[in-house]
Amino acid sequence: MSIFVIGYYALLLGASCLAAYFNKRSLFMLLFTLTLVSFIIGIVGGVSALWFVTGAAALILLAGMTAYGFREFLVQILPGEASKEFKTAPLTAAFGMFVIFTYLVMGIFAPLIAPHGEAEVIASAFAPADDTMLLGADQLGRDIFSRIVYGTRNSVGLALAATVLAFLLGAIAGLLAATKGGWFDQLMGRIADVIMSIPSLIFALLMLSIFGPSIPVIIGAVAVIYAPRVFRLTRAVAGNVVVMDYIEAAKLRGEGTWYLIRKEILPNSTAPLVAEFGLEFCFVFLLVAGLSFLGLGIQPPTADWGSMVRENATLISFGDITPLIPAAAIALLTVAVNFVVDWMLHRSSGLKE
Amino acid sequence: MGDILSLVAKRLGLGLLILFIISIIIFFMVELLPGDIAQAVLGQGATEENVAALRKEMGLDKPAIVRYLEWLGGAVQFNFGNSIVTGESVTATIGPRFMNTLFLATYAAVIAVPFAIVLGIIVALLRNSIFDRVANVATLSAISSPEFFLGYILILYFAVNMGAFPAISSLSEDMGTWELLNRTFLPALTLVLVVTAHMMRMTRAAIINLLASPYIEMARLKGVPPWRVIVKHALPNAWAPIINVVALNLAYLITGVVLVEVVFVYPGIGQALVDAVSKRDFPVVQACCLIFAATFILLNLAADVGAILTNPRLRHPK
Repeated sequence: MSIFVIGYYALLLGASCLAAYFNKRSLFMLLFTLTLVSFIIGIVGGVSALWFVTGAAALILLAGMTAYGFREFLVQILPGEASKEFKTAPLTAAFGMFVIFTYLVMGIFAPLIAPHGEAEVIASAFAPADDTMLLGADQLGRDIFSRIVYGTRNSVGLALAATVLAFLLGAIAGLLAATKGGWFDQLMGRIADVIMSIPSLIFALLMLSIFGPSIPVIIGAVAVIYAPRVFRLTRAVAGNVVVMDYIEAAKLRGEGTWYLIRKEILPNSTAPLVAEFGLEFCFVFLLVAGLSFLGLGIQPPTADWGSMVRENATLISFGDITPLIPAAAIALLTVAVNFVVDWMLHRSSGLKE
Repeated sequence: MGDILSLVAKRLGLGLLILFIISIIIFFMVELLPGDIAQAVLGQGATEENVAALRKEMGLDKPAIVRYLEWLGGAVQFNFGNSIVTGESVTATIGPRFMNTLFLATYAAVIAVPFAIVLGIIVALLRNSIFDRVANVATLSAISSPEFFLGYILILYFAVNMGAFPAISSLSEDMGTWELLNRTFLPALTLVLVVTAHMMRMTRAAIINLLASPYIEMARLKGVPPWRVIVKHALPNAWAPIINVVALNLAYLITGVVLVEVVFVYPGIGQALVDAVSKRDFPVVQACCLIFAATFILLNLAADVGAILTNPRLRHPK
């Protein structure tokens, strides 16, 4: 029994007792379950497993504090209405916004942040970390940290471009289908059915094998694959708006289709569409990451998270976690966007569950 | 019983129709290549005679519609022609690999399905408690992580640090069952993690949806103990959504398997597809895509049929 183990259990038990004393029921349940689980983990995995739990708890605590601070910051600097909105935002959403903000800064100011160029060879292959290279060098001797920073721009930028295109295609088709109806609606619906019945990754691979992996092809292929999902949602949302009286009134006034879409339907269906944009971005981002992991995304020497994982995967068998950092960056952004979308859905539709 | 059969037959017909359209897409997309397959395979340096010879060998001198019918006719009998790169029969190459992939998906499904459903029900019962919130964040993180991230983390912990399971699942003919299960454990576990998270969330949503209905409220108000409310009142009606969830996730497994196979160098059909795509081996790509699409459609079909069978309301469409 080391000091650490004794301290660990003393802290957990003490905290649970305090929580119980002050009637914080859910906190007590969490802490006490953690204590019980720790017994099992400690017996199976030894002290190192307990260190792992401590590390994870510290990380979550740190994330929570960052989120809290960021939320307060937003509440302070934003004017009236928006500030009120953020006051009620859950910590997870604040954390998500903080992560998105960080990625934005990293992507926009990549050349200023990264100490080296993205394709610049500065050391021998797999050189260990030193003063100028925070995370060491990759398989060609390029600085991994700089490549991760540049990767923000390339990976996220590509996914964003594909999402925007998918959204434009899907939303325009959906709005037109809802307003026009008839054969156009039917045709679009059937096309969407067929595209959605092919697994997305497989369809992407098929298109990339034919047109070759270049950036416009990737953006186009991903947009075609994900546009039907946007189409369906837009059509459903707009379909509910189209039957309203004010649309009828506008039609009788003699307004054209484009006016109806722009001035009447769109403003009344933005909330679900914005949330869908976030979700769609997550799917697209994961698909693009998967493609580039398979070597079919952005081609080298451009830095890209998915392919970086694959190129440096050999390091993992030596117990080095550096190759996992870009993968973790992908996961972190997706989780962050999901948190924010959850909150937005909750707010806009009064979704209870 | 007769109306069920006709409904199922209708669904089956629709599935076949979609599969037919997909086969047209898969075949004619290759026709969109600038030049044609022979040119694309041989590259720019090829002489006229070489290209002409390959064209003749592949039957490219015939019109596309004839070749499509021949290809479809072959595909129905599991004959997908020969690989451009190796010249071997596509069926012989990917047949055993398809079996391996099916094995991996089944392995993952057998663990994931009961696990996810039980966890989903528990989380639905504990909804809005701290456990529910923790489970929510945990499953969300698992869904949001790319499959290769989970795979490599498992390799790092179980294979490199603990040495409990092999990091690379190489299979051979003469392996015992135990050895086989041991070697394929990590890829299966990766799939289990992703699919369980999905299934848990969907099961939870389905059950909570159900628990909000008035007849459950009624049962609760007349003093039925909570576990009986679940087992006697909620579960019979929950089967329909749960079966749907399971089938949809099995369909998801089929796509997820590609990345996992590459991470663990598992000799499955996903790996074959990725190799063929980078080598531009079109007959193999077409065959793999068709197989994946067919499996996907079949499982979605199973979801529909399962829903019809367990939910009598769907038997009388308005």
